[in-house]
Amino acid sequence: MGGKKIVCRCNDVTVEDVERLIDSGVTDIEEIKRLLRVGMGPCQGRTCIPIVISILARKTGKRPEEIPLPKARVPIRPVRVEVIVGGADE
Amino acid sequence: MSRIAVIGGGIIGVATAYELAKLGEEVVLFEKNYFGSGSTFRCATGIRAQFTDEANIKLMKHSVERWEKLEEELGADIGFNQTGYLFLATSEEEVEAFKANIKLQNRFGVPTRLIDMDEAKEIVPILNTEPFLAGAWNPKDAKANPFKTLFAYLRRARELGVDAREHTEVVGLEREGEAITAVKFRSNGKVESVKVDAVLNASNAWAPLINEMAGLKRDLVPIKAYKHQLVKTEPLERGQAEPLVCPPAWEDAYIIQDGEDGGIICGAGIEHEAKSLEDVEPTYDFLRGVLRYAVRIAPPLRYAHVVRQWAGFYAKTPDSNPAIGKLLDNFYIAAGFSGHGFMMAPAVAQAMAELISKGRSKVPLDWEWYDPYRFERGELRSSAFQIG
Ligand SMILES: Cc1cc2nc3c(=O)[nH]c(=O)nc-3n(C[C@H](O)[C@H](O)[C@H](O)COP(=O)(O)OP(=O)(O)OC[C@H]3O[C@@H](n4cnc5c(N)ncnc54)[C@H](O)[C@@H]3O)c2cc1C
Ligand code: FES
Repeated sequence: MGGKKIVCRCNDVTVEDVERLIDSGVTDIEEIKRLLRVGMGPCQGRTCIPIVISILARKTGKRPEEIPLPKARVPIRPVRVEVIVGGADE
Repeated sequence: MSRIAVIGGGIIGVATAYELAKLGEEVVLFEKNYFGSGSTFRCATGIRAQFTDEANIKLMKHSVERWEKLEEELGADIGFNQTGYLFLATSEEEVEAFKANIKLQNRFGVPTRLIDMDEAKEIVPILNTEPFLAGAWNPKDAKANPFKTLFAYLRRARELGVDAREHTEVVGLEREGEAITAVKFRSNGKVESVKVDAVLNASNAWAPLINEMAGLKRDLVPIKAYKHQLVKTEPLERGQAEPLVCPPAWEDAYIIQDGEDGGIICGAGIEHEAKSLEDVEPTYDFLRGVLRYAVRIAPPLRYAHVVRQWAGFYAKTPDSNPAIGKLLDNFYIAAGFSGHGFMMAPAVAQAMAELISKGRSKVPLDWEWYDPYRFERGELRSSAFQIG
């Protein structure tokens, strides 16, 4: 074990990164998301956001249900550009 | 020392709060949502001095010079990188227009030059050169990370004593004669009031509502919110499209490689007046429209995956130039940035702070050009080129 606990696999963010940011006074999940890019990877945060919420809850003494989920972005899953623009019609 | 209220925690409000604190003023900064939640965190990261009129060129030249030193000044990485802007011409008439713009930009020290498509292809390897005749290339134009930039300003502002409050909405202003005397604000459901010596309206798309609180007509500064959107692809190898690349004739469509993760950000001037100031839903029409242009600019994008799409506001004035200046004796405005407020922030913040604190500024900002009362007088400027 390297001792480095990963929260967000898409963007390589660790538990320590999240804790350090919260300790510096940033406690809004929309801000944590943008500063560390947790939840901004191709998986749209399906894996990491719940972990961030539990860290945030522990650190701020809130219940996890009290922390709003960051706004999800469309598309829900990555789509190939050619599927959207159609065939060779240019 | 005076107490100054800054309304709006976007890049303009936060940077001006920092500059005011640097000048020794006491500052209270109000943001109704989270910092950056308005237009700032939704922007395309672009910074350019390639404008088509003297006022904007001079202001942006100064702003870029400030951007160049900002990481050092704020002591933080803000992802600033001079990767350039490349405008592409699709007709002979456009080439002539580019030449005239370049001449004007060169006159004020902006090093833009006309390049052929071989050189353009070296700069943007995935570019489709076939539809284009020439490019206007300024290697000093740039990009920066809006999240990191805003937080770098905010951190330094707080270190200098700025009382920066988020989730705190300004709900009223008290006015005596031609001056604002107090700001009423709500946080956690409680309304409180603070006495102030001056107020800056930096609420961009919301600015007409704040002007109304000051007893001014809502449309004195007629800013309207237009929904603008962006689409981003999965990360590509770095260096494929680092500059902002834009053929203006194609509805201002553009691509730029994200400085952080290497995804390609795709934008276009496909806009609609927002239904309300909550209307930030992305649309499928935009997704399809912008990608059709993007694959014509850079055909390999056809095989990339789209990973995100989002929307925000261009807070537009009738001439697409911001309103910057004084509205009452101690009530100021810097709003209506019409799609280019991120790039202007370092210069505008410095100018505004100096105006409020000292009554004048050494920043080369043409106060008459940006005069907030020009709309009421029926004077419009030549329309500033809008896109990121
Ligand atoms: C899709 C898109 C792409 C863009 N691309 C670029 C680009 O490449 N380059 C560039 O320079 N610009 C770009 N822009 C424009 C840029 O984002 C804006 O001009 C800039 O962020 C404006 O900053 P601001 O601080 O004036 O406004 P905002 O960031 O909108 O901040 C205003 C703040 O005021 C707050 N507020 C409102 N009412 C109240 C109240 N009553 N009390 C307290 N707070 C209040 C709001 O919540 C908001 O956070 C783009 C914009 C969009 C939407
Ligand atoms: S794991 Fe965090 S965005 Fe995918």
